[in-house]
Amino acid sequence: MEYVGAALLGFAGGTVGGLLGVGGGILFVPALAIFLNESQIRAEATSLLAIVPVAMAGAWRQNRFGNVRVRDGLIVGALSPLGVLIGVEVSNAVSQRTLELGFAALLLFVAGQFFRRALAARQPGEPRTRGRARARP
Amino acid sequence: MIGTAAGAFSGMFGVGGGTVIVPLLVLWFGYGERVATGTSLLAIVVIGALAAAGQGLHGNVDIAEGVLIGIPAVGGVIFGTGLQQRLPERAISLLFALLLVAIATELIIP
Repeated sequence: MEYVGAALLGFAGGTVGGLLGVGGGILFVPALAIFLNESQIRAEATSLLAIVPVAMAGAWRQNRFGNVRVRDGLIVGALSPLGVLIGVEVSNAVSQRTLELGFAALLLFVAGQFFRRALAARQPGEPRTRGRARARP
Repeated sequence: MIGTAAGAFSGMFGVGGGTVIVPLLVLWFGYGERVATGTSLLAIVVIGALAAAGQGLHGNVDIAEGVLIGIPAVGGVIFGTGLQQRLPERAISLLFALLLVAIATELIIP
């Protein structure tokens, strides 16, 4: 039964991933913790593994729709290792509850941004200029 | 800077970093929703693999379960990306926001 649950969770998470451009972790983590009784840290770590094939397939599909800026995507990925290292160490140092609340805060923060975007009036065919990369700290 | 921030969130919270990358690409670089999500997915491949390896070194990764979830998820993601081309961007944003609030509420209530 647990296998069926995990497989269903995988499919649902993948659908959300493809739809929203997230790896599915946003669904995998809470679902692993809530339905499959993993601790928060194990749910997060296991989710990371599941994300990799999802993101691969998603990027491949999106590329066929012309939605991937390959160079930018690779640059973002290439600049991540320092952050990854910090994140992994912090997540293993703090308590489970802290991690849960931090995860919830992250979700609410991102949700707020998307609510603003969804509610902001915009012309459907409005051209979007790509901001030139200004020097950022 | 997006890469570093996304990497930190990924390693800490077990997400691929898309929750950080997509809004930042949209807000800072003026990407449309679809190009932001597509580009973000590519970055997530790299970030997710690195973060999974990092958590693996701490012994936190349940490999069997990760594979069990990851394989059917590939089917889901193909379905999801196809669906995305047919939905308006605003609806997608709203859906995403609602989903996040629901999950956050569930997590906050002990």
